[in-house]
Amino acid sequence: MTHFNRLAAAALLAATGTLAGAAGYPDKTVNYIIPFGPGGESDISARLQEPVFKQLTGQSVAIQYKPGAGGAAGWSQLNGMTADGYTVMGTNLPHIVLQPLQKDVGYQTDDITTVYWFHYTPDALLVTADSPIKTLKDFIDAAKKAPGATTLSGSGTNSANHLAQQQFDKMAGIKTTYVPFGGTGKSNAALLGKQVSGSWGYSTVQIQLGDQVRCIAVAMEQRHPKLPNCPTFKELGYDLVGGAYRGVAVPKSTPADVQAQLAGILAKINADPGFIQKMEDGGFAMLNVGPDKMAGFMADIKARYEGLAKEMGIVKK
Amino acid sequence: MGSLDHLLAALTPLNLLLALAGVVAGTVIGALPGLTATMAVAVLVPFTFSMAPAAALIALGAIYTGAIYGGAYAAILLNTPGTPSAIATTFDGYPMARAGRGDLALTLACLASVFGGLVGAGFLLLLAPPMAAVALKFGPVEYFWLAVFGLTLIASLGEGSTVRGLIGGCLGLLLSMIGVAEVGGDVRYVGDFKALLGGIDIVSALIGLYCVPVLIELVATPVRHLEAANQVAGFRLREAAAILARAKFNLARSAVIGTVIGILPGAGGSIASLVSYSEAKRTSPRRDNFGRGEPDGVLATEAANNATVGGGFIPTLVLGIPGTPPDAIILGALLVQGIRTGPTLFTQQGPIVYTFVWGLILATLIMLPVGLLIGRFAFRSIVAIPKAALVPSVALLTVLGSFAVHNNTAEVQQMVVLGVAAWVLGQLGFSASPIVLGLILGSIAEAGFVQGHLIGGAKGSVWAEFLGRPISQGIMAFILLGLLWPWWIKRRGVPQEVPHD
Repeated sequence: MTHFNRLAAAALLAATGTLAGAAGYPDKTVNYIIPFGPGGESDISARLQEPVFKQLTGQSVAIQYKPGAGGAAGWSQLNGMTADGYTVMGTNLPHIVLQPLQKDVGYQTDDITTVYWFHYTPDALLVTADSPIKTLKDFIDAAKKAPGATTLSGSGTNSANHLAQQQFDKMAGIKTTYVPFGGTGKSNAALLGKQVSGSWGYSTVQIQLGDQVRCIAVAMEQRHPKLPNCPTFKELGYDLVGGAYRGVAVPKSTPADVQAQLAGILAKINADPGFIQKMEDGGFAMLNVGPDKMAGFMADIKARYEGLAKEMGIVKK
Repeated sequence: MGSLDHLLAALTPLNLLLALAGVVAGTVIGALPGLTATMAVAVLVPFTFSMAPAAALIALGAIYTGAIYGGAYAAILLNTPGTPSAIATTFDGYPMARAGRGDLALTLACLASVFGGLVGAGFLLLLAPPMAAVALKFGPVEYFWLAVFGLTLIASLGEGSTVRGLIGGCLGLLLSMIGVAEVGGDVRYVGDFKALLGGIDIVSALIGLYCVPVLIELVATPVRHLEAANQVAGFRLREAAAILARAKFNLARSAVIGTVIGILPGAGGSIASLVSYSEAKRTSPRRDNFGRGEPDGVLATEAANNATVGGGFIPTLVLGIPGTPPDAIILGALLVQGIRTGPTLFTQQGPIVYTFVWGLILATLIMLPVGLLIGRFAFRSIVAIPKAALVPSVALLTVLGSFAVHNNTAEVQQMVVLGVAAWVLGQLGFSASPIVLGLILGSIAEAGFVQGHLIGGAKGSVWAEFLGRPISQGIMAFILLGLLWPWWIKRRGVPQEVPHD
């Protein structure tokens, strides 16, 4: 059987759901390594994927943690791990693009073989519920009236929030002051305490903080099903779509058919109504970037982030 | 409100068993130098995903509160804080143990921890929503001043000379700047050591600065670490109760300080215990006895650090913003359970929340017998164990503990280097606490200053931002009070109560 045929057969198997037979992947427990600590959003996502994986394949998933250096501790070791499809690792954007640009972290973006991007937490512009800023137009007008006087909290320097602020300022031709905090929790506290005019956060933040905050706009293609009142930047005329993406990667030398089968399973998990429900309840946005779309998606993302990183002066070489 | 139904729901055999197991496991983990409360909670989290939400929360709350308490053992018996929250417990706990009152110190620590834990949980039960609003009043500028207030404690800690303390504090501040800046992302003092990019990890530094000098001393001197002859291993409950009755005001104040600082995201048990220690010392008629084995010092820190547990849950549950590092992990566990924290949690998912709060109160009460028994056992073992066994065991724990924080060998190296440096500095009369204070508070002060400066600049006046806010002015008043009080006391010649022993 040629390589192409095997790939096609695997994809077909995955698509039709008769996974248990033929190629036999998976026939034992799959180790799913999260390069962050327990309790974070990457862990939560994996925990929600786990039961569906078991239901689909009859095999269980063992979730392990390898935190350190913002994920780099895990990613720098990924290609040295057993490449048989039974060791897979969570992977995140913009982390795997920005980290190697900023400093030597022991891996390059292209070293990470992502087989599937399954969801993202879309960037969202948030203000407190009683803020005089009601719409994106109000926000832009305020920023134009007093350049730099609008303060926006975010989870850190060079984080996805910071990138969103830079991108939007450029698109709208405004100048705002980004105030980095050590993590989303502290950024949210600053927003709720009105220490800042607003916040660059995520759709998940809006879900967590509920009625205390108002979502001015969210960086999605279409409105989030759980946030029907929050317009997208797109419908308001600004082409801002993005956020923090999560996917699953494998060691580079993992056989192509195994990679394709894994991608097929992840696609099926992503199509499970119960799983979609749980993800959307939490504020995540579903995403399906499998092997067929991977190269184009990554090229696009890399070009965008690298351009921004250069403008922000964070490329250290 | 927390009606009887929820108390009964918390009283199921499974929940009681989880609370008991959590407290025991937490106390043991906290007692081991190098293993922290955050770590104890992180280890337990994956096991809770399959439990019912209230049971999972009770188990997590129990292990958390146990670990904060357990930190006192190593502080009192070995002069090394088991967790960062127990730094200030070493100041008077270890001198008490040296003077043959280690058993009493352990009993006092247990009683104060239970009391503080109950006060914190009581605030959580009755006043959570209004107290959460307090947390939001604290902006970057307030954190800056709070950190400065913490730094002034170096002067009042009174271990050795003030000048050496200040130099130590500056060393700590310098250490806090190593690595990629939290705000701004600049790379500082890293040189060619890539391992330093992440900065000096506070837990690894703490293990090195406190444990390694103690280990070197133990090896370098022929005497026993604690004289077995003059130690009576009893509970000394009656004596402890008398001290508690005398110190009721100190206990109440420390527990309230602990609760309030626990509510502030970004502060934590270490700051809460240091602030309450310094307040206890400032207002005590026996202030000269602090640092030499004053029971009130142990009471103040232990009441405060356990009060941060209940306090920290207030913003976690009400606002969805973790009050302390272990709360951040617990918040993630809640999301997996499908619990949405936030203002509606108390109304929409009241049964789960109130069952949890009652569970936390039960776990805190369970800590009383459990803590006294484990304390007695720990005391006997530490006193009886030969040095040849004690030193290698603790040394192994320091390596394991500093590695386990981020599974990173570079942090073990940091721990050893800082530890040896601390021993050398100790020989020159510098103590570890000012360095640790500088390290912990330096990054809080810096982030607060830069954020406050950015916000103030955007608003038009940096000075107004830093000096014009009422809470900041209040903290500034305390800073002045703390600095001027000793001088004023001396000038007035207020008589000191003679320390009795």
